Amino acid sequence: MIVASALTKRYPEGREALAGVSFEIADGEMAFITGHSGAGKSTLFRLMAGIERPTSGSIVVNGQNLAALRKGAVPYLRRNFGLIFQDQKLLFDRNVLANVMLPLAIVGLPHREAERRALAALDKVGLHGREKALPIALSGGEQQRLAIARAVVNRPAILLADEPTANLDAASAADILEIFRAFHQVGVTVIVATHDPQWMARLSPRILRLEQGRLLAGGTA
Amino acid sequence: MRIWLAQHRAALRDALRRLAGAPLGNILSLLVIGIVLTLPAAGWLALDNLGKAVGNAAGSQQISIFLNPDAERRDIGEIESRLRTTVPGQWRFIARETALKRLQDTEGMAEIVASLPRNPLPDAFVIEPADTRPDSLETLAGAFREWPKVAHVQLDSAWIKRFDAFLRIARLALSLLGGLLAAALVAVTFNTIRLQILAQADEIEVARLIGATDAFIRRPFQYYGALQGAFGGLLASLLIAVGSHLLSGPVGELVALYGGSFALHGPSSRDALLLTAAGAALGWLGAAFSVALHLRRETP
Ligand SMILES: Nc1ncnc2c1ncn2[C@@H]1O[C@H](COP(=O)(O)OP(=O)(O)O)[C@@H](O)[C@H]1O
Ligand SMILES: [Mg+2]
Repeated sequence: MIVASALTKRYPEGREALAGVSFEIADGEMAFITGHSGAGKSTLFRLMAGIERPTSGSIVVNGQNLAALRKGAVPYLRRNFGLIFQDQKLLFDRNVLANVMLPLAIVGLPHREAERRALAALDKVGLHGREKALPIALSGGEQQRLAIARAVVNRPAILLADEPTANLDAASAADILEIFRAFHQVGVTVIVATHDPQWMARLSPRILRLEQGRLLAGGTA
Repeated sequence: MRIWLAQHRAALRDALRRLAGAPLGNILSLLVIGIVLTLPAAGWLALDNLGKAVGNAAGSQQISIFLNPDAERRDIGEIESRLRTTVPGQWRFIARETALKRLQDTEGMAEIVASLPRNPLPDAFVIEPADTRPDSLETLAGAFREWPKVAHVQLDSAWIKRFDAFLRIARLALSLLGGLLAAALVAVTFNTIRLQILAQADEIEVARLIGATDAFIRRPFQYYGALQGAFGGLLASLLIAVGSHLLSGPVGELVALYGGSFALHGPSSRDALLLTAAGAALGWLGAAFSVALHLRRETP
């Protein structure tokens, strides 16, 4: 459960990237955050993941108010999420398997168990057999699927993705959305920020529409 | 607990992998750390040897007690029993008649002794205490002076005291040098780790973004710093052992020329262990500083 109330973010020397945004996303829901470039989607992504703190207002994830979170608690908050970043943030000097094993090493899973689960996650996104490859050897769509495998390997309750279909051809984008749909169907909360509206119709998700930092549709009053 | 162990094992594995991964740079840092640790440790060992050598050359430390001429059997018995109960070590009694006879036996003294109206020599005790530290000897001599019927106490230790003072100053100077070099070692490790952190900045950023704690980030670097320091300590022990081995022959010959017998001793296994532990601790500290600085600068 994610509850945002009057959420506002003003960057230093900037105008308001988010201005009084309020919404609720229930467990197991699929929600798309849409809007033009500069509307505030990535800012909202970073606020939900605790990467930035709001200027005012509150955002509560599973009962924890991120605006008032202790610094030491932030890592544990992030483990609730599977995060898929706009620039993916893959480790290009590590092979595919090592990339997927990173979140498991972070929570201290023994190496063998971690390897088993990482392979299973790679299987789920259709990267079976590529575990020894370096990310640079993967296509754009495969890199995005690798990013998803890393995000889901810890079995997070919430999947949070920023522009996951940007720079992908139509077929690859469709593959990615199919993967999201599969996770949604097994009860994972899926939140996707995208400026690319052509996919919405297929998945019929809940839509949160941002424009210049304000929520035009899908919010709570 | 199982998770904690697994995390530490993984961090150690990671550190070892990196230590083995960049042979040239690591050998150079190891060499620097080894030499930095060698200097004060070798100095310390040299002083220790010098102290022992001088202790040997001075022979056993003696204190002589000369009694009043009017001392009687009873007084001598009293002093004997006091020595027996309060002073660990050896002692012997030299009666004034015995002393006189010895003097008579000395070449050229017979006539002089014969011309004396009476025996001018006092009864005496010669004590060789087990504890030969200059301070203890001084204290002991002081105590003897207070005993009844004691006329004079002789402790020939002025030069030993001077040498002891020299040793103390040298040790202090070495400690200061050691402190400086320890700081240098921390700085060297700090820099090594800083370079590694910069090389892995992306990985650190990603790990933090997906939920790594500061401890998780810090751990492999701290293991790396500690391992590097420990290996540096081992290297230093090795250098000193080889050095003292090479020196022991010539030093033995030199001492023999002065009629002494003394064997130069190298670092004990306890010394090597201590040096290794010191290297590890300092490396750990340098790494901890380095990571802490980076984590504070970059707050994702
Ligand atoms: N780190 C930042 N510093 C200053 N301004 C920023 C920063 N990040 C985003 N902005 C501004 O905030 C607004 C919203 O940006 P963003 O959340 O990235 O939008 P979107 O992801 O919808 O394109 C933009 O005007 C952008 O220039
Ligand atoms: Mg964006």
